[in-house]
Amino acid sequence: MAINWFKYSSPASFYSLAGKMIPIFVFAAVALLGVGLYVGFFVAPTDFQQGEAYRIIFIHVPAAWMSMFLYVVMAFWAGIGLAFNTRLSSMFATAIAPTGAMFTFIALWTGALWGKPMWGTWWVWDARLTSELILFFLYIGFMSLQAAIDDPRRADKAGAIIALVGVVNVPIIYFSVQWWNTLHQGASVSVNQAPAMASTMLTGMLIMVFASWMYSIAVILKRTRVIILERESHTAWVAELHKNGAI
Amino acid sequence: MWIIKRDLLLAVRRQADVLTTLFFFIIVVSLFPLSVGPEMNMLRTMAPGVVWVAALLASMLSLGRMFSNDYLDGTLEQMLLSPQPLSLLVLGKAAAHWLVTGVPLVLMAPVLGIQYDLPGEALLVLTAALLLGTPVLSLIGAIGAALTLGLRGGGVLVSLLVLPLYIPVLIFGAGAVEANMSGMEFDAHLSLIGAFLLVSGVFAPWAAASALRVSLE
Repeated sequence: MAINWFKYSSPASFYSLAGKMIPIFVFAAVALLGVGLYVGFFVAPTDFQQGEAYRIIFIHVPAAWMSMFLYVVMAFWAGIGLAFNTRLSSMFATAIAPTGAMFTFIALWTGALWGKPMWGTWWVWDARLTSELILFFLYIGFMSLQAAIDDPRRADKAGAIIALVGVVNVPIIYFSVQWWNTLHQGASVSVNQAPAMASTMLTGMLIMVFASWMYSIAVILKRTRVIILERESHTAWVAELHKNGAI
Repeated sequence: MWIIKRDLLLAVRRQADVLTTLFFFIIVVSLFPLSVGPEMNMLRTMAPGVVWVAALLASMLSLGRMFSNDYLDGTLEQMLLSPQPLSLLVLGKAAAHWLVTGVPLVLMAPVLGIQYDLPGEALLVLTAALLLGTPVLSLIGAIGAALTLGLRGGGVLVSLLVLPLYIPVLIFGAGAVEANMSGMEFDAHLSLIGAFLLVSGVFAPWAAASALRVSLE
């Protein structure tokens, strides 16, 4: 059976599809989160070097991964929206940004909490930390640009351009920061050695990564639905929904 | 070409704009010794970073003028309709912006470097790095200026958009001077800034042109 994908690029049909999909992803997110946290806090053994404090990895690493993935995904959809003029893609990109920024913030925050017991300091100017911070700035720039533009179509396109410029720059920034960091080899701590992990730790972490994915998808779909309603409020099908008491 | 000439003529007629940027640069650089103390050794190590950050800010603050006057009086729309490719026009405007705000900073930098007691060779490296790096700032800045055209709070917004993208130039610009002062080779830094200049010279006008089209729709 061939699925007509273009059908779902129309906001109206996507709205109802997303409405059906959200409960599935919410359920998956909650279940995986429960299992992941249980494995992380009760099953995974205590690390012989880092003690119990390492357990923050179960939140920190998924958040850091998601923050980077989501930026690329956001730039991808924003670019599709710019190139093919598909409204839904741009709405999707707009919906991704806050979740991405939140994960960046969580990664920075838990990183600081982890750094204190491990290295004795909240913050080091390490290449990874610095580029994560810059990534946070890029998210903020994208969101504030879109927030400053009243016309939604212009906001979509302007956001797409800055997201694409950002995604081209991210590797350049990353390598600059890394080189800058090696030049300034201060009394720093090395974050680059990945200690071998016990397999239960790895399992717990991967489950948490999937939980973050499910959570992101659920939240992004929900946010896209809200954006669709906002922008399509003048259309007949939204009026219909309203009359039926669906919203 | 004519657009560079036109923008330069406008700048000559309105000299205050040029001077404001230059004095902003001088004041920011002079504030640092007042805030951290006049100890020469510390100032010397800080100098490249301070001069570069001040150059970044000065170049960024003047971005608003790149398109906004032409936007307000409708010239920009005529430019969009003209037969020349828009990216070429943007390149011209960025070049004019650099000549008006970047070059004075480059010329002033050695004097400020002396204030910070930089040795002679380091002054040369600083000037060379700024000479290569400030055009990159104008080119990347053109994207931000085009995107924020006619928006409320555009000035603050442009800093959020543009400053993170300036970071590589800042790192290698200040890095070149530091490398020279600690007796290392600085060619690699300058080559990288040159590479940024070439890449941004090709892609930034194109991105800024599509941003202008979005803003003027």
